[in-house]
Amino acid sequence: MVEVAADDAQLVAAVRAGDEATFARIVDEWSGSMLRVAQIYVSSRAVAEEVVQETWLAVVRGLPQFEGRSMLRTWVFRILTNTAKTRAQREGRTIPFSALRDPARVPEPAVDPDRFLDAAHARWPGHWASPPTRWDTLPEERLLGDETRLVIERAIDELPPSQRAVITLRDVEGWSAEEVRNALEVSESNQRVLLHRARAKVRKAIEEYVEEP
Amino acid sequence: MSTVEALSCQEIVELVTDYLEGALEAEEHARVEQHLAGCTKCDAYLDQIRTTMRLVGRLDAASLPAETRHGLVEAFRSFTPRP
Repeated sequence: MVEVAADDAQLVAAVRAGDEATFARIVDEWSGSMLRVAQIYVSSRAVAEEVVQETWLAVVRGLPQFEGRSMLRTWVFRILTNTAKTRAQREGRTIPFSALRDPARVPEPAVDPDRFLDAAHARWPGHWASPPTRWDTLPEERLLGDETRLVIERAIDELPPSQRAVITLRDVEGWSAEEVRNALEVSESNQRVLLHRARAKVRKAIEEYVEEP
Repeated sequence: MSTVEALSCQEIVELVTDYLEGALEAEEHARVEQHLAGCTKCDAYLDQIRTTMRLVGRLDAASLPAETRHGLVEAFRSFTPRP
């Protein structure tokens, strides 16, 4: 934590001093996540790109006033979220609060219920009827190949935006659960529900692909 | 339902994320571990989820169009003090 804070202070100092390389680096490192978060609120990738651009311009203008009471990244994402919400309102788009606030309201099984024995089964209620196969015995190339990567990218693209944002931040970008919670303003349990569903769907897509004859 | 009743496989697949996140109560965590130790099918499922996380982690992050990025660096240059 202390190291992160020190890194952050250095980052802020460098950017404030006009260090272009550092600024370009954080634009490169953070914009991907920012696009995913913006897409929770706005309708298209193109609008999300505008939101991210607008955010960075606000960051550049606001840097002299940044007080360092939060991490730079937290501050940038707060500006992003506000910018995206304003844009969504202007678009006349309802912000999908329920998707972030109450994802558990609509149940979504991680695995097709048909793959389990009935709850009333005499001996093995709720046990696997059609169990998963082991992937660690597959040729590594099958999992690491370009086609599998495309399957995974497509599966992520097809997720609801809030699930897509959470799996991107956690599993692509390697953010902690707490960072995601702060950036998306979601509760700990809702963050987990979104992550759970996202991973389950991507798993299913990989399964369908690697097990097709 | 008694607290010592074993979890079914269908329950396990819904607890996997909470389990990996360390978000379960100690007793529930122990029940999941106990199930996984005795169920090769759920163990395979957990392995699939871990592999999924690893494969997702290999993806490239999305990026801004080059001209947008270029414009931002230009804006940065014009807004910040030159040494």
